[in-house]
Amino acid sequence: MAVDLPAPRVGPLAEAAPRPLRLVLNWGRRYSLWVFNFGLACCAIEFIAASMARHDFIRLGVIPFAPGPRQADLMIVSGTVTDKMAPAIKRLYEQMPEPKYVISFGACSNSGGPYWDSYCVTKGVDQIIPADVYVPGCPPRPEALLHGILRLQEKIAAEQVSGAAIAQRRRPASAAQLTRPLVGPGGSGPLRPAGS
Amino acid sequence: MGPVPPYVVVGLVVLAGVALFLAGSLGTALLRPHAPTADKLTTYESGVDPVGEGWAQANVRYYLYAYLYVVFAVDAMYLLPWATVLRLPGFGWRTLAEMGIFLGVLGVGLAYAWRRGVLRWL
Repeated sequence: MAVDLPAPRVGPLAEAAPRPLRLVLNWGRRYSLWVFNFGLACCAIEFIAASMARHDFIRLGVIPFAPGPRQADLMIVSGTVTDKMAPAIKRLYEQMPEPKYVISFGACSNSGGPYWDSYCVTKGVDQIIPADVYVPGCPPRPEALLHGILRLQEKIAAEQVSGAAIAQRRRPASAAQLTRPLVGPGGSGPLRPAGS
Repeated sequence: MGPVPPYVVVGLVVLAGVALFLAGSLGTALLRPHAPTADKLTTYESGVDPVGEGWAQANVRYYLYAYLYVVFAVDAMYLLPWATVLRLPGFGWRTLAEMGIFLGVLGVGLAYAWRRGVLRWL
């Protein structure tokens, strides 16, 4: 596999989009998310509850249960990420087309959760893929998932999709980021923002 | 300007379809990202490495579906334009008899399927 793949880029119209066009494109992208649910454990049940009648995230534009990664642009990792499952998550995340977003749903995928000390759990899905929104809880209420989706939509509204942004997301975490101390009580912002 | 000839209308509709398709393709090509990675280009198999080929052999017994499709759908396709012209002057009993021969041939095929028991819904 010595073939050099080209650097990530977006189409010329998207790269040079004036602000009104960017607003329209972001609007279309954030209200038509197609979610590839990575339901691994108990949080998957809460995800399903959020997709059903009482809570219903379809009214936010999120269409549930994409047939596969190639038709999805949002991946919600809900449940414990074991070391055995981690390569599959990475492969499926890679197979999603750009621009793609990840919501880490529940304590286990945020940081390992109750299994923070286990021998076979990946302590947080952001160790392998960049996450955009973290929804805390064990399990979080379906309303919390709705809140997380709203936060993601706000984030997409302020986004500028470009080749540089895609390349930035792909950069592996720096050594300083991996060995940073835990956030103290006066903590400053999210634990591990994607791409920084 | 008189009435537009019908084939001109057909040609314009075809051109409009082609133009719409090209406009859509051009629009997405101008907007979409292009960011291949090695993993992204692999064949999808639920996150694991794909094994084997994409080709699989279907059992030959499913030929009956194709057979019944030919008997019914091809039959209907010929019946529909025939039914629109049957009552016009110049078409008469001879037209009916010709279609009757066609239906007879199809009837032999249908009788075969009936004798094989594939029309019974268990």
